[in-house]
Amino acid sequence: MKRSYLLGVAAAVLCVVVVGTLALVWRPALAPIVPVTSPSFDPGLVRRGADLAALGDCNTCHTAPLGKTFAGGRPLQTPFGTIYATNITPDPQTGIGLWSEAAFVRAMREGVDREGRHLYPAFPYDHFTLISDDDDKALYAYLMTRQPVHAEALKNVLPFPINIRMILAGWNLFYLDKGPFRPDPSHDELWNRGAYLVEGVGHCGACHTPRNALGAEEKDDAFAGGEAEGWHAFSINQSSQSPVAWDVQSLQAYLANGWHGLHGVARGPMAPVVDNLSELPEGDIRAIAVYIASRMKSDTTPDSQESTVPLARNPENNPGSKPQSAGSQSAVPVSVAEEDEAGARIYVATCATCHESGRPVPYGGIHLFLSTAVTGESPQNLVNIVLAGLPASDGTKSPIMPNFGGVLSDAEVADLARYLREMAGKPAWDDLEAKIKTARGALSGPAASTAASK
Amino acid sequence: MVALTVNGSRHEIDATPETPLLYVLREDLRLNAAKYGCGLGQCGACTVIVGGEAVFSCVTPVALLDGKSITTLEGLGTIDHPSALQRAFIEMQAAQCGYCIAGIMMRAQALLQQDPHPSDVEIRRHLEPHLCRCGTHMRILRAVHRAAEIMSAERTQEAAQ
Amino acid sequence: MMRQARVWPNPGRGAIGGISRRAALVGAGALIVSFSIMPAAWPQESETPDTGGSKLPGSLAIEPHLDAWIKVAPDGAVTVFTGKAELGQGIKTAFLQIAAEELDLPLEQLTIVTADTQLTANEGYTAGSHSIQDSGTAIRNAAAQVREILIGVAAQQLGLPAAALRAENGSVVAQDGRKLSYGALVSGNLLHVTAQPASKLKDPSTFKVMNRPVQRLDIPAKVTGGEAFLQDMRLPGMLHARIVRPPSYGATLEQVDLATVGTMPGFVNAVRDGNFLAVVFEKEFQAIQAMRILAASAQWAEKRALPEQSRTAEVIRGLPSHDYVILDKAAALPGGQPSTGVGAGVNAGASIAADYSRPFQSHGSIGPSCAIAQLDRNGMLTVWTHTQGVYPDRNAIAEMVRMPAQRVRCIHVQGSGCYGHNAADDAGADAALLASKMPGRPIRVQWMREQEHAWEPFGPAMVTRATASLNDDGGIAGFTFDVWSNTHNMRPGTAGALLAAQHIAAPFPIPEPKPIPQPEGGGDRNAIPLYDFPAARVVHHFLPDMPIRISAMRSLGAYMNIFSLEGFMDEAALAAKTDPVEFRLRHLKDERARAVVSATADAFGWKNRPHTANGTGSGFAFARYKNLAAYCALAMEVEVDRDSGRVRLRRVVAAIDTGQVVNPDGVRNQIEGAILQSASWTLYESISFDRTRITSVDWSTYPILRFQSVPDSVEVHIIDRPGLPFLGAGEAGQGPAAAAIANAIADATGKRLRDLPLTAERLKSAINA
Repeated sequence: MKRSYLLGVAAAVLCVVVVGTLALVWRPALAPIVPVTSPSFDPGLVRRGADLAALGDCNTCHTAPLGKTFAGGRPLQTPFGTIYATNITPDPQTGIGLWSEAAFVRAMREGVDREGRHLYPAFPYDHFTLISDDDDKALYAYLMTRQPVHAEALKNVLPFPINIRMILAGWNLFYLDKGPFRPDPSHDELWNRGAYLVEGVGHCGACHTPRNALGAEEKDDAFAGGEAEGWHAFSINQSSQSPVAWDVQSLQAYLANGWHGLHGVARGPMAPVVDNLSELPEGDIRAIAVYIASRMKSDTTPDSQESTVPLARNPENNPGSKPQSAGSQSAVPVSVAEEDEAGARIYVATCATCHESGRPVPYGGIHLFLSTAVTGESPQNLVNIVLAGLPASDGTKSPIMPNFGGVLSDAEVADLARYLREMAGKPAWDDLEAKIKTARGALSGPAASTAASK
Repeated sequence: MVALTVNGSRHEIDATPETPLLYVLREDLRLNAAKYGCGLGQCGACTVIVGGEAVFSCVTPVALLDGKSITTLEGLGTIDHPSALQRAFIEMQAAQCGYCIAGIMMRAQALLQQDPHPSDVEIRRHLEPHLCRCGTHMRILRAVHRAAEIMSAERTQEAAQ
Repeated sequence: MMRQARVWPNPGRGAIGGISRRAALVGAGALIVSFSIMPAAWPQESETPDTGGSKLPGSLAIEPHLDAWIKVAPDGAVTVFTGKAELGQGIKTAFLQIAAEELDLPLEQLTIVTADTQLTANEGYTAGSHSIQDSGTAIRNAAAQVREILIGVAAQQLGLPAAALRAENGSVVAQDGRKLSYGALVSGNLLHVTAQPASKLKDPSTFKVMNRPVQRLDIPAKVTGGEAFLQDMRLPGMLHARIVRPPSYGATLEQVDLATVGTMPGFVNAVRDGNFLAVVFEKEFQAIQAMRILAASAQWAEKRALPEQSRTAEVIRGLPSHDYVILDKAAALPGGQPSTGVGAGVNAGASIAADYSRPFQSHGSIGPSCAIAQLDRNGMLTVWTHTQGVYPDRNAIAEMVRMPAQRVRCIHVQGSGCYGHNAADDAGADAALLASKMPGRPIRVQWMREQEHAWEPFGPAMVTRATASLNDDGGIAGFTFDVWSNTHNMRPGTAGALLAAQHIAAPFPIPEPKPIPQPEGGGDRNAIPLYDFPAARVVHHFLPDMPIRISAMRSLGAYMNIFSLEGFMDEAALAAKTDPVEFRLRHLKDERARAVVSATADAFGWKNRPHTANGTGSGFAFARYKNLAAYCALAMEVEVDRDSGRVRLRRVVAAIDTGQVVNPDGVRNQIEGAILQSASWTLYESISFDRTRITSVDWSTYPILRFQSVPDSVEVHIIDRPGLPFLGAGEAGQGPAAAAIANAIADATGKRLRDLPLTAERLKSAINA
């Protein structure tokens, strides 16, 4: 009798576990709506949704290179494999045309699609969960009024067991802190607005926060720096390496314009972010700047710091100091001496002609010794740009830099990077060679063009 | 002094290390194909091949090329014995003023050396660093396709012999 | 095996010795024809010469002697001369085709000499799509008449009637097989005769080499690294110069220390003349480095003289104007009396009005301008330049350096495509100025990219306004068009048109701008519609004040005027609820115009064109360039991404009627090129400036079309018109392409954009407004 009793208990426990797991994992499909060809949403709501979509960079992930906006197909390289962004146009067959608002909100808050499948957190629902009801309403209105595009989703390339979506329920259990956003009463309205935007729709931490082995953000190390598609997203908390401290003004200018004279130019995956931000009202960007500045724990006084690092080897060649029409890169050419270290010789012969020529930023070469690419905690971005350059954008003004991967060996790139790092007065990077190898690999891989153009 | 191998010939060049390759090619070696278009690596008119890669000679100082092997358009063929690529461009009459063409051809050559059968989309992507103000793009694309055809046919012929 | 006609002179060999070669060609004892300056023939406002009512065809009206165009040497070598310049449009090859056809000579046996003040006729500028029309016509007729003269001489020598002889392969041949080569027939001043008004031209049905896609003679050298451009010239002893240009218009050089470059290796000279500053070195890169050093040390006082860029259209509209009514066609009232104004006397239906604007745009030549000049022992100043007008440039340079014009020679050598008046003339002036100060060695001036972008004369900003009233039948009853524009021609002319002459210590005044009169027009080019409207009034508001340096850019005012007119025709068609092509045909009487319109519509499949709501749209446009030159119609399919505002050009179909075709492939090349170039202007281009300086100084700040944005396909159909006069095609595509894009965008999105460029940002705003 004891044995059958134990068996019965075991069976009951098993049932509970199975049922419990299923209850945890399984999500019902939500009823499809009848697709409307000309949906009528309040235009003001749609405009608000457009702003939010810009803040959230929906178009960046959900648009393939040279593809139709929001039609998906863009590959996202993760440590676990390749995930393809979905079609979020209101196409009924291949997009979200059949999604009710409730289905949309569920996806945003719980990472579950209309049919009940779990979405990979490459889609940062762990941030979007903080978005308010009203803002979700606006985003829905915006997306449902976009141009429907018939485009089948591409299949993700993920190994077993990651390709089993249900395991994400377990991931969510540990790592999804559902919303809503809770303002911090010890800070003012502007700060809280910034926090809401950054932590929610802006999902800045998705790139700027380090992740653990399971791909979840390390909340205790928020904004300490992270990786995105082969680029490094620099630290934007108190561990920021910038020799000239960021403040509200400089952050705001950088985010709105895409560059700042004392910090650098936003390229790589940050380029589309600032492109989107450039169209937004000043108030939202200021709020973001206020919040991030506080995370960097810098004061809010205007930029007045002087850097002890020289902007250029010759102070007469500071950015914007020379009119370009006077004769191309008008600058006193710095000379190369045989006894200079290898990196110095490469810099002077190759880089100084654009980067120390007084050409105005952001189109002229930025001065490298203050640039985040050189002063930051990782050499990855510097290496990426030296090897692949910055390609021209499609019909819009943007900085263009030629690539040097064809003429510089890995050793030469390392020499150059070490020299720049020295001139910036920073301790040597310890992973330089590894980062160069990674960048070389990326040059020929599928993610070869992390270009600025949309 | 810098030692450069250009189109198979070795040259000792007396130029300061920061001299861009472009001026060495045009002035010291009297080669015409690579041209000055911008000096900034934005237009591609100066493109040559170094180690199989297309490179902007206007921003590449000779200091980086000591001992390296450089190919210019002149190295692909001559007016009496043009290469497949050159024949394709003549056949397609893929030039108007022609100033941009040499640079474009070198990038096309580098592409075809790595990928003998590029698609139209791939050719366009590879040629993106190049500008053509006359608007000869359509012919240029046709010429690159044609070059791929000719080169493929020649390879088949060689294999058969 | 490739054979090609010799293209002479090869600048690398013996160009300086050209005089002796010419003497050899003309023959012993022949008169040496010298081409004098003809100041009266060049009113500054015109791109074409005043022929004074001469009845001779084409440029024979300016230069009637046959041997000014065709020379036959005793050894049988035949040379064609043209006062026009090869700009990359393929005219060298086209002219040789024409001459080969009429002279019954294989193309490979001909040589061509282009624009050279010592050797060729003064045909003014290679501009306005006049080359084939004027020079080609002259060459054709001259060649035909030379042929007949040679047949005549052979007839005498053989004792046969001329009608029994024929020209074949460089000889005159009798039926019994006797033949005399051209070389044997020519002697003395045989060909130094005035042309006849009429010529015995070949029947187009017998053409062997005209209207054939003959391969261009200059392409093989260009694809094999041959010496093909002025930039490739290496004259013995040549020095390299670089100019240190001022940072902005009107800047004055306050201080510069020339000694900073004096000790650099390769130093030859540092020149300062007022605000003109230059360095001259042995090697090119040395000159570049010296330029940079001098530029760094130079101190300039600048003026805040530029308008606010965002208000350009407003500023243009507000400038003082001279108003010219270039069309005033009033509808007749019943009873035969003319009405007093537009629209009077017809039933007033719907009326529409629209305003359009164009920014300043850049020629954007891929190769920045270059020139070489040398003042030799004999006091002869030779300038090798890619100017479009060697004679006017020569005169201006002579004036600037204060030398008699006969002591200055300008030789055209091909540069990169110029698309109008770019900095070529200025580079020539820079080199000439330096050479005049430093006699002896040739001096080469190469402009830098930033200098070309900042200092070239731009395509002028323009504003237009169109209005129309519709009658009860849904046609246009009355039409008005107003265009506000600077001159489109600040070419030399006088010395003051040259930048160097403006910058030296004793500067020359900038010449007074003048409008180019109709029927060619400048800012008002193609402002008069070819359509037949019952009443129409067109006013050209000519603006003499030029806040920004401007001059001629391919098609001049036609680009903007056709963009406006053809966009407006679509708006009118919409108001009349009529298909845009049908609406145009309603108002087009010109048969050839109707033919290109129909041909394009058919080839495009206009009746079944895609009409979807998914961002795809189609647009149509038509124009006859200057109402005098080639006819061109264009249909375009585009795809608009409503969320990014990006326009993808899908399919383009064009039809062109250019009269008698010389080289069909050349025509196609030009039209394809015009379409893509115009697409770039239309979708992307505008210079940028702050209140002091031009800030678009390179390709990052002035982006143009790149490969990933070119159309999927471009088809050009040529309507063959054998025997009809040549019509210029080089600029025929610019206007129609722009309008077709705007019309296609409107079709795709319902949004009408009227302010160039039609950027993604503007389109996105319009869609989401």
